[in-house]
Amino acid sequence: MPEPKLATRNLAKAFGALRVTDDVSLAVVANELHAIIGPNGAGKTTLLTQLSGELRPDRGTVHLDAHDITPMPPYERARLGIARSFQITTLCLDFTAADNVALAVQAREPHSFKFWRSAKREGALREPARALLERVGLGARADLPARVLSHGEHRQLEVAVALALAPQVLLLDEPLAGVGIDEAQALIEILQSLKGTMTIVLVEHDVAAVEALADRVTVLDGGRVIASGTFAEIRNDPTVRRAYLGDVA
Amino acid sequence: MPRAKLAVALAVLILLVLPVAATLANQPFWVTVATRILIFALAVAALDLIVGYGGMVSLGHAAYFAIGAYTVAVAANNGLHSALGNWGLAVLITALFALGIGAVSVRTSGIFFIMITLAFAQMVYYLVLGIRPLGGDDGLPFASRDTLPGIDLANPVVFYLVVLVLLAAFALFSQRAIYARFGTVLRAAKQNERRVTALGFDVYRYRLVAFTISGAVTGLAGALFGEFQRIAGPDSANWVQSGDLLVMLILGGAGTLLGPLFGAAAFLLLQTVLIGLTDHWMLILGPILIAVVLFGKRGLAGLIAGSDA
Repeated sequence: MPEPKLATRNLAKAFGALRVTDDVSLAVVANELHAIIGPNGAGKTTLLTQLSGELRPDRGTVHLDAHDITPMPPYERARLGIARSFQITTLCLDFTAADNVALAVQAREPHSFKFWRSAKREGALREPARALLERVGLGARADLPARVLSHGEHRQLEVAVALALAPQVLLLDEPLAGVGIDEAQALIEILQSLKGTMTIVLVEHDVAAVEALADRVTVLDGGRVIASGTFAEIRNDPTVRRAYLGDVA
Repeated sequence: MPRAKLAVALAVLILLVLPVAATLANQPFWVTVATRILIFALAVAALDLIVGYGGMVSLGHAAYFAIGAYTVAVAANNGLHSALGNWGLAVLITALFALGIGAVSVRTSGIFFIMITLAFAQMVYYLVLGIRPLGGDDGLPFASRDTLPGIDLANPVVFYLVVLVLLAAFALFSQRAIYARFGTVLRAAKQNERRVTALGFDVYRYRLVAFTISGAVTGLAGALFGEFQRIAGPDSANWVQSGDLLVMLILGGAGTLLGPLFGAAAFLLLQTVLIGLTDHWMLILGPILIAVVLFGKRGLAGLIAGSDA
């Protein structure tokens, strides 16, 4: 097996007596789409949040390209190329959709201590932002405040913002949750087009989408990894069936 | 012309005509009142950078105002009379204070930020009162205004115009900075710090820079106030002064270009007029402030200049 792009070793996190992440060792290979599934409360988002650095594990380590990045705060990890989208809309709601994406484009530069030139008029920020909004299907909504966009459009915008960082690793937290059928289909197509161009960790409830998209799947239950492999492999795993897929497969 | 631009043009026109009119009408008192308004408008504009755009409500900006005033007073009492030098010194010293205080306070937010900035300002207040050479309760007077080559600062109208130029210069810088990359990060972090951090911005650094600029410019306003009164007084370090600056900002409209000017003007004009009627002039200001907060989200600037004030 090649050196993983992103890995965790014996990661553990507890909130009081509740073990939300319990000895999780994960290896995500470069440019694969790695889905993380599991029943509610399995610790999927908590795991993602430890990958992005917002939450520090109690024990264990997180590695990017074999470098230990466990002590790094989220903004440093983002600078190394780990971008994330949020399950609960986390956008600048008073900014327009284009402003939100342009800010992410701006984040690629070493610093933003520039005090004079209007960022709204910088083609180097606005043009890539426009292009990305077109790509996720929000081209016509670019100049509306993020506040007035629908929930589904927020998900699309979250993806555009994450892509604007030109990340090496993309962490997506339930991008399809609460999204209408058409918008979900559009998002799945975007993810299909991204496959193979970057490393993607996808936390998702929608099993059909995971089957269509994932190269490999890791199944969490009660904070532990109970299975890992291709969709076909985990589908037939009795532990997984019992914990999660029982009524689906 | 859009309403917001019209309001700016009108405000500038009034500010330019005012000293001429007051002189012609033989009412020099109004130049003094207007100078005071402009000095406070500068301090409030500096405060607005962090409150209106950065979401950091400082209840400690009196500290920088007072440090600026005392710097000028101490320098003048020690044989330094160059306005450029003394004001520059005031900016430098308050910037260092703001950097130090900000380094601690900017790590917090909300009510903790308010309390920690207040605590630091109170330390400065008691420091100012306690250091004997600074004159204690009596403050530290100095004989004459500092000098600028070719500009007669002792002339009230000239001094007024110098303050006006400095206010306009900061308003211009601030407007540019707020919509440049720096201010975009600052405004975004006010809306959603988590998002901005996830993008790879170290929000703390951007906020600390804004806080330091804000403190330094408040220090400049304080230096001008000291110069204006030819005395630095401990009252300017009192927390009531910090509160007054915030009241002016909210009254005028936080996060607006003209808000600081309108707020300072409304506050000080009401004070000037009402204090002749009653010592309890705040009884009248209070309801006005409540009305402005309830009915105009963007303060007087929002009412006068419209939604894109």
